[in-house]
Amino acid sequence: MSIETRFSKPKSRRGAALRYVVLAGLGIALFSILFFRLWSLQVVTGDRYLAEANDNRIREVTVLAPRGRILDRDGEVLVDNRTSMAIQLDPLEIPEDGAERRKLFTSLGDVMGKDLKWVQRRYRSEIENSPPGSPATIARDVDDDIVYYVQENQADFPEVQINRVFVRRYQQGILAAHVLGSVGEVTAEDLEDPANADLEAGDTIGRAGIEQSYDEILRGQRGTTRLQVDSAGRVTGQLRAINPEPGDSVRLTIDSDVQAAGEAALSGIGLPGAFVTLDIDTGEVIGMGSNPTFDPAIFTRPLTQPQVDDLYSEETDAPLFNRAISASYPVGSVYKPITALAGLDAGIFTPSTVVQDAGLIEIADQIFTNAGSEPKGPVDLRKAMEVSSDVYFYKLGAEMNGSLQLQQWSRRFGIGVPTGIDLPGEAVGLLPTPEWRNELFAEGGTDRPWAIGDNVQLAIGQGDLQADPLQMAVAYAALGNGGRMVKPHTLLQSEDAAGRVIEEKQPEVNRTIEIDPVAREAIMAGLNDAAQAPLGTSYGVFGGFPVKVAGKTGTAERPPKGDQSWYVVLAPYPNPKIVTAVTVEEGGFGAEAAAPVALQILSAYFDREATTVSGGGGNVE
Amino acid sequence: MESSRLPRTRPGRRATRLGLLDRAGLRHMDGWLAFSALGLILCSIYTLHQTSGQVIPGAPAYYTQRQAVYGLMGIVAMIAIARVDYSRFRELRVGIYTFLCASILTIFAFGVTSRGSTQSLDLPFFSFQPAELGKLLLVLSLAGFVIDGARRGSEKQRTVRYLALGLAPTGMVLLQDLGTSLVFAAITLAIMVAAGVRWSHLAVVGTGAVAFIAFVLVLMPMAGAPVLKDYQQERLTSFLSPTADIGGAGYQQNQAKVAAGSGGTTGRGDQATQSELGFVPERHTDFIFAVVAERYGFVGAALVLSLFALLFWRALRLMTLSKNLYGTLVAAGIAGSIMFQVFVNVGMNLGIMPITGIPLPLMSYGGSAIIATFLMIGVLQSIHIESRAGQRGPWSQ
Repeated sequence: MSIETRFSKPKSRRGAALRYVVLAGLGIALFSILFFRLWSLQVVTGDRYLAEANDNRIREVTVLAPRGRILDRDGEVLVDNRTSMAIQLDPLEIPEDGAERRKLFTSLGDVMGKDLKWVQRRYRSEIENSPPGSPATIARDVDDDIVYYVQENQADFPEVQINRVFVRRYQQGILAAHVLGSVGEVTAEDLEDPANADLEAGDTIGRAGIEQSYDEILRGQRGTTRLQVDSAGRVTGQLRAINPEPGDSVRLTIDSDVQAAGEAALSGIGLPGAFVTLDIDTGEVIGMGSNPTFDPAIFTRPLTQPQVDDLYSEETDAPLFNRAISASYPVGSVYKPITALAGLDAGIFTPSTVVQDAGLIEIADQIFTNAGSEPKGPVDLRKAMEVSSDVYFYKLGAEMNGSLQLQQWSRRFGIGVPTGIDLPGEAVGLLPTPEWRNELFAEGGTDRPWAIGDNVQLAIGQGDLQADPLQMAVAYAALGNGGRMVKPHTLLQSEDAAGRVIEEKQPEVNRTIEIDPVAREAIMAGLNDAAQAPLGTSYGVFGGFPVKVAGKTGTAERPPKGDQSWYVVLAPYPNPKIVTAVTVEEGGFGAEAAAPVALQILSAYFDREATTVSGGGGNVE
Repeated sequence: MESSRLPRTRPGRRATRLGLLDRAGLRHMDGWLAFSALGLILCSIYTLHQTSGQVIPGAPAYYTQRQAVYGLMGIVAMIAIARVDYSRFRELRVGIYTFLCASILTIFAFGVTSRGSTQSLDLPFFSFQPAELGKLLLVLSLAGFVIDGARRGSEKQRTVRYLALGLAPTGMVLLQDLGTSLVFAAITLAIMVAAGVRWSHLAVVGTGAVAFIAFVLVLMPMAGAPVLKDYQQERLTSFLSPTADIGGAGYQQNQAKVAAGSGGTTGRGDQATQSELGFVPERHTDFIFAVVAERYGFVGAALVLSLFALLFWRALRLMTLSKNLYGTLVAAGIAGSIMFQVFVNVGMNLGIMPITGIPLPLMSYGGSAIIATFLMIGVLQSIHIESRAGQRGPWSQ
């Protein structure tokens, strides 16, 4: 039946037929739009939206991996982990609106028993110090009841996450703090480093010491759990999990007994100082310490400003500073074996050349004296070592000026050269040369160019010379082992979580020095006399020690500060296995402060008590 | 006879049914119209049954049961009103119009606020939304006024009169609920089109409407005196850039769109995570279409749309069948109302229309809307019955 006939009677209805067609056409158009849209959305682009829907419901939750453990050479645990519950805020989910944010912070503060200001301060400092997007850890080591409360009322705190985090635990307290180092949260700069491609914001990274050097071994591989969540973020099921891989352990060359003895002896003196004990054949670091020291556990919690000040300031002698490898000091008489070898090599003296030590010597219109101007009489090489005659070495220094003989030998023994130890922050020190001084003078950095006096001072480890205890230990190790300059290291081997060895650290030798065996023997004998013959400079300390040793005292002038006390000792004599270098700032004579520390270390190493001796050759150099 | 041995043969069944329909006075009901309405309410109940399980903890069948009850009440209301000659409403136009305006005003006095807008009255059994019934009341009264004044005044005067009569309740409702007022406006427009208002006048009205929308959405907020509440403004404009504020107003729309899109061709069934995990907001009311689309895919969503298309066609068709112009105008108003709601709601679910809070007729959960829509269907049935009195059965042309 046609529209025409239906609407044929009244004329007004003819228009109505058109209106009907218009409304019907509009309806057809609108339905077509809906059908087309439905088809394109579902049939054409459905896969894309399906992926988006899956994205929506799936949350990847990171499961942190524990860092590997750090063990001493006997397998005793120095550092492992404990778990701690942390309250974290995801900055991406924190409301931007000030009032809403305040509301969240206030309610979170209420739960934790803190005020709004505290939460704001914690949040701000975490955001400022972390890479963008990393969770802001408001509190660590949160009490269980707070954890349960937040978890049960998660809907009220959708932005608050409770995460189990691993925190470093220092089983031996402050032992070997400088060697172990510390960990911290990764920063934006860390993440830019391609070596850290596997790290994410919120991860921890080694910040110093072993933790930094062997971060890649210790670092675990985080895992992920894919959870299904609803729109409120509540977990409704687990989809898949990639388990985290804990980091591997590192076993150190450190012997805890030696380490503890050295630290105790140093802190007993109460002055800033350091010690290093090496295996002279392998370069293994058996002990290394610096005083004052610090508690590494302090870094497991956010540092307060006073704590930061204490760790870094001059007034507290900067406890964080590892004086064993990072400080630079004049070394005084412990330098003399290097001068002797250089002089003998140049043919200036032979081991049997005798020098009359009158207590002072005039070189280029300048008087150089022994300590206290004490005359030592006729001395050959061995005697010069035993009694530490300065005049003997002044002469060598003067004779070697003009050539770079002393500097060349010094460099061979690693003065002014990094040892290449596997710890960050090694100082290079300074080996003064005419070229260096003249250049400095030309630049206006000093008041005079190189003079013969500079070489004379260098000959006894004074003047502009700067070195650290590790450099001296390595130099003496070469003396002890016949010329091999070992590369010191603290890693013995890496192990998996079950203790199986993954890789052993192979000893390395940086270079070998040709040392005349006769000269070496004379020097070693002189050093043994110095330590254990009655006239020796440290007889008062080592005279009664049951193990034969070869040790040299040093008393370095370090104006405006008081004299720096040094002692470097090889043991056992005549076929040494270890070397120990000790220095004490403002400790006075070498035999006064440094040598007693070395004695404690050797006692611990050889497991022998030192018996005191009375009298003996004096501690005057 | 074979039929005597087989009592359930065709002639016997037919006789029974005819008798029943006759007794109900519904012999000439439009069967396709009834079929589409019943189909939609069943789709709604089925969808609610499968999805809303965890909306109210402890009462998994809450929405399903209530929607079924509303559906039954609606069907009874439809049959009841279908038996009334719709032309009676023309005589009652002034009363109906007065009641319409009064009920809207009552909301200002006693209304209960829910989801940001005030549009319901708390009655002893459920909260009643007068505006839902108001759509039908507006259709019935405005159509009556049009017939009544068809010969009074110039064409221009008549246009202005229709517009004023339609826009008065529209404006009042605008202050309570934006979506409903838009439906009122659509009804007014549909009746004006059907009433033969000059195209030029309609063009002016259309231009005015566009200008008004621009004024409300753009100029007034810019001048610092927004007409709409913030949430309304946000909802309306966020669909233009749905990804601009994924966490805010654009979120709901985007989630609904993702839900619908993820359904694909055949739907995700019980793997429908968007609706099951609560990413789709208001999934039993405004966004039920997205739920259907995700669960049952293009197949299911197209079925629902087809039922609406059938409903619309049967309603619009009554414009030509009606025994009088009043019936034509009422059919146009109801068809326009349903078409507008379907387009805006489904468009909103599919991300091509703004969020306006317009429910999907017969699908969205809600007593007032279900019963009011069934009443509309009932009036349409009345038009059909009146036009076909004494003629053929319900499934015929």
